[in-house]
Amino acid sequence: MSLLEVRDLHVNYGAINVLHGISLRVAPKEVVTLIGGNGAGKTTTLRTLSGLVRARSGTVVFDGKPIDSLPPHEIVRLGLGHVPEGRMVFANLTVHENLQMGAYLQRDRAAIARELEYVFTLFPRLKERHRQIAGTLSGGEQQMLAIGRALMGQPRFLMLDEPSLGIAPLLVKTIFAKISEINRERGITVLLVEQNANLALEVAHRGYVLETGRITLEDASPALRANPQVRSAYLGG
Amino acid sequence: MSEFLQQLLNGLSLGAIYALIALGYTMVYGVLRFINFAHGDVFMLGAFAGYFLAPKVAQVFPPGSIAGALVVLVTVMAICAGIGASIEYLAYRPLRRRPKLTVLITAIGVSLFIEFTCQHRLVFGASPRTFPELLANKTLHLGGLTLNTNQLVVIALTALLLGGLSFVVQRTKVGTAMRAVAFNEQAAALMGVNINRIITFTFALGSALAGAGGILFAMTYTKIEPLMGVQTGLKAFVAAVVGGIGNLPGAALGGLVLGVVETLAGGVQGLSNYRDGIAFAALILILLFRPAGLLGRAQIEKV
Repeated sequence: MSLLEVRDLHVNYGAINVLHGISLRVAPKEVVTLIGGNGAGKTTTLRTLSGLVRARSGTVVFDGKPIDSLPPHEIVRLGLGHVPEGRMVFANLTVHENLQMGAYLQRDRAAIARELEYVFTLFPRLKERHRQIAGTLSGGEQQMLAIGRALMGQPRFLMLDEPSLGIAPLLVKTIFAKISEINRERGITVLLVEQNANLALEVAHRGYVLETGRITLEDASPALRANPQVRSAYLGG
Repeated sequence: MSEFLQQLLNGLSLGAIYALIALGYTMVYGVLRFINFAHGDVFMLGAFAGYFLAPKVAQVFPPGSIAGALVVLVTVMAICAGIGASIEYLAYRPLRRRPKLTVLITAIGVSLFIEFTCQHRLVFGASPRTFPELLANKTLHLGGLTLNTNQLVVIALTALLLGGLSFVVQRTKVGTAMRAVAFNEQAAALMGVNINRIITFTFALGSALAGAGGILFAMTYTKIEPLMGVQTGLKAFVAAVVGGIGNLPGAALGGLVLGVVETLAGGVQGLSNYRDGIAFAALILILLFRPAGLLGRAQIEKV
């Protein structure tokens, strides 16, 4: 039984077809990565899953329920969190307000406080800076905030779009370690989109390779890392 | 000196009304990035709602009583909130995914539609009406200054409403969501925010303030007519731009500055006919030196 199942998804922006019928599935508690080059359609895939982009055809089933025609705010309510490309933190709000926004749908104050405590133990840096305006954080800190903010919504399924983008290498390691930790300790299922395939395949159990809008390969991470084609195209030889 | 203080006070009470209207322009711009040109007409509708409501309220509460005036004010604000939200729902929401220019032209259409429908003799008619006295207007002499209680009510009530608005926007969940939507609508949607609901709320909030502005304006100037929102609305819009469009304290400041400059210019012998011209010239000067407005920050184009 998959937590997420995508079948034959077609997406176009105007006259340009971006996704030509992709299918994928993610089992509960799995970490799955979607790797591929620039413009392959990775971000579009995630944006379609969270309802920001409408598919032309195909189905998305989350936890047994079709979600492909729901607006984003109803998809979030089902427990599907999305850390978008470019982080999109609310730069005009404080760190604390950003985290509160993450818990927008939560009514239980005790649960919100608990979640906040968890995010602060996961990323102590956010606690130190919780009164600061988010726009003044460094790129890495903003990424932590974006992940923390998504966790505040208590998702069962978390999608992360290029968490390594534009971040100091040392912080990238920390952030990927945290992604593993979230998966292990919280049992949150993860769908990770990354250009840095090396990193992604270290964290993920399984992976899909996306090339110009089509899934061309699907395998367990060790197998993908051993695959000569993947090695030459995405792992630097 | 006392003449100057007198004009300053007059300017502040006029500017307070501009400020109340300007906030609606700037809030809507913040979440939707377009100018709701029908906003000045909501201000007018607020004045008329008060005109028709006051005699009814006077049957229950003693005429001229504070309680009665408050009932009129709060009811009118609620009516205007409904009108503003309806305008958004009927006219702007269907065009949400269309180019901004389409929405802008629609806003002008809505504005003309309201103005000329209201001028019809079966609606309000074109001739001005005299607004009933909501509160007994007393004249006070303080040193060399002549104040009337209405001016003080306008200033005090505006301060109260600004404080209330600031609380809603800065301290409540829905206010935080408004700021989040204004910054990045998609990210807000990913937090589970129903964008449409926030937009409705924003229109309702801005329109309620415009309704309050309508009542205060009508109390002060006593004449109301269906086109009263045209010039006042335009000035409030300019005030919002001068303050930095999208910036709430900016809109309030811009309104006050415009009211004071306009009134001071009008108070100078021989210049009073040019008061609007002088006020707008001053605003052009401000924008020459601060193109993003008094409190606006220069926007970096997102690429």
